Amino acid sequence: MENIAGRKSGVAWAVHLAVAAMVLLWLIPTVGLFVSSFRDRDQISQSGWWIAPLPVDLTFRTRVAADGQREIDGAFVIETSVFADDSLARWFPGGAGQVTRFGTRGAAPTEFDAGTTAELRGGGTLTIAADGQAVLRSGDAFERPVTLYFEARIPPRVTTQNYETVLTADGMDRAFINTLTVAIPATVIPILIAAFAAYALAWMDFRGRGVLIACVVGLLVVPLQLALVPLLNLHNQIGIGQSFLGIWLAHTGFGLPLAIYLLRNYMVGLPRDIIESARVDGATDFQIFTRIVLPLSFPALAAFAIFQFLWTWNDLLVAKVFLPAGSDTQVMTVKIADDLLGSRGGDWGILAAAAFVSLAVPLIVFFTMQRYLVRGLLAGSVK
Amino acid sequence: MPPVLQGLVTILVGVFGCVAYFYASNWLLDRVIFPARGPDPGRNINRANLVRPWLFLFPAIFALGLYLAYPVVGSFIRSLYNRAGDEFIGLGNYIDLFAAPGFRTALLNNFLWLFVVPAAATGFGLMAAQLTDRLSWGNIAKSLIFMPMAISFVGASLIWKFVYANNPDIGLINAVRSAFGAGDPVDVIQIPFWNNFFIMFIMVWIQTGFAMVILSAALRGIPEETIEAAILDGAGPFRLFFQVKVPQIMGTIVVVWTTITILVLKVFDIVYTMTGGNFGTHILPSYMMSFMFRDDGRATAVAFVIMIIVLPVMIWNIAQARKEMR
Repeated sequence: MENIAGRKSGVAWAVHLAVAAMVLLWLIPTVGLFVSSFRDRDQISQSGWWIAPLPVDLTFRTRVAADGQREIDGAFVIETSVFADDSLARWFPGGAGQVTRFGTRGAAPTEFDAGTTAELRGGGTLTIAADGQAVLRSGDAFERPVTLYFEARIPPRVTTQNYETVLTADGMDRAFINTLTVAIPATVIPILIAAFAAYALAWMDFRGRGVLIACVVGLLVVPLQLALVPLLNLHNQIGIGQSFLGIWLAHTGFGLPLAIYLLRNYMVGLPRDIIESARVDGATDFQIFTRIVLPLSFPALAAFAIFQFLWTWNDLLVAKVFLPAGSDTQVMTVKIADDLLGSRGGDWGILAAAAFVSLAVPLIVFFTMQRYLVRGLLAGSVK
Repeated sequence: MPPVLQGLVTILVGVFGCVAYFYASNWLLDRVIFPARGPDPGRNINRANLVRPWLFLFPAIFALGLYLAYPVVGSFIRSLYNRAGDEFIGLGNYIDLFAAPGFRTALLNNFLWLFVVPAAATGFGLMAAQLTDRLSWGNIAKSLIFMPMAISFVGASLIWKFVYANNPDIGLINAVRSAFGAGDPVDVIQIPFWNNFFIMFIMVWIQTGFAMVILSAALRGIPEETIEAAILDGAGPFRLFFQVKVPQIMGTIVVVWTTITILVLKVFDIVYTMTGGNFGTHILPSYMMSFMFRDDGRATAVAFVIMIIVLPVMIWNIAQARKEMR
């Protein structure tokens, strides 16, 4: 409709650019962590993830043993390849690589171009060719190993090592199953309870209905924090303690107001004729609910299920309070926030991989069921 | 029993238990207590219909009462007792809290969050909704801006911790700074006061998609005639937006704003993961967690302060709901 006034193309371009900039700002951080989850520790600290697809120049140190020297024309010569060092084998598979610069001192590891000749500090000269071939030449015999520095071009590499480490050694596999164990019952049970209550609030006439709806709206806002101490004490008193049963009950209670509110809003909008005519035909409320209202409310049920699943899957607070702290009951958010950030604080590859293990399921749910999610959001907020 | 099996059993027991309860209670009501026969079947049917709503509502009311209504009272009472819970100290916990500099910082930061996050998220969301409205690739753009909604607060914090990292080869902010020739890298999480804004932005990043989706639907609901008339009267795109469209969706903007406000008062995950409350970044939910398991009296007192801050929103929400029902 806005086009009728003849929108200027300049404005249209500005809109395209502004949206593109915003999408990039919203997307880049996630992409950065995702790319980093496929890089190892050294790559992450040596070069930014934004140049991950490009080869990078890294500096290495190697020691050349003195026992390989030969005496040629009165000079002592060591010929070797800088890539032969066992400790560098993982960087140079097959002992091949490309040297760009080299040096003789740790303070200036890239002083000379590959192929040139440099003075050694202990006397003598050093040449390192681009293919890694090093020639050390001196008038006196080499007595100690010589330390060399060189910079080599490393092609981009992709590794799944982080994911393997996280899933095997760091116990994310266990945490994944725990998260699933928490999320699914905590999603299924509130739906049923809420659906019956929502039907009563939407289609049954009784005294106090208005007050009850107002209560649900009010409880929607009650901060979770209030519930933590009294309920944990209650759970301890009745013998549930910190356990999966406790967290299922807690999530059920906390999820109910939103469930009832969403479902009631949706059910009120169902066509009155269908329900009235079913009543006239002699259907009981129970039959109307199970045969008519429940199937028709599927979109709202799906929307709430997605919400509740994302919420319980991503929750940190309730899991910290209602589950015991041991590693066999930790969910993934607790594992990452309490365990990995502490013990692996600087190891971004591991942290990134752990984050994406925990994000995979919500992202799949999100992208496959976005339609229902949007519909649910709208049912809850727009009148 | 392994937890997974326990989970399956719980689903079965929960689902069958619910169905069995509803079915059995209805059956009992219709066939045994008030059967539609006998001397006065009509009266029995009416009586049954009086009771039935409460059968449908009972499990929900029970759970809501126990898990949300009772804690409001329970927390308040607990907050009047000392750490061990055996001595009544009146408002002692509250007095101690307001004397503690950490609490005052958290309270101040929390008000900062309450103003900045909903405003920024609603603003960005409105902008995104309007700009993507007639774009050929608008749906893809919306989907990508909406995506952080699916990400946990912990995951989002990790994502942004990476962006904020000190090392210019890791953190984008410091990479951009060093590309422009700035000297030493800065740790934005440790800059006094301003670090709060960097942490808040994570929440804005997550919530903008939510605001965008709802406001976008509201924008589409605006009657075309008003826009048409404004264009014919010569309104430019900016006047059209601010003076014709925004006033018409004000109600929805307020709903989005309050929803995000409420969320801000619940979320402790971001501060907990980013700083653990160090460098003066505590907000009330995270400050409360620092007392959890240590001093229940203090923890419940902080929680109740949050409740008091939420109260105006709650009252406004209930008033709105009552208005709609009429």
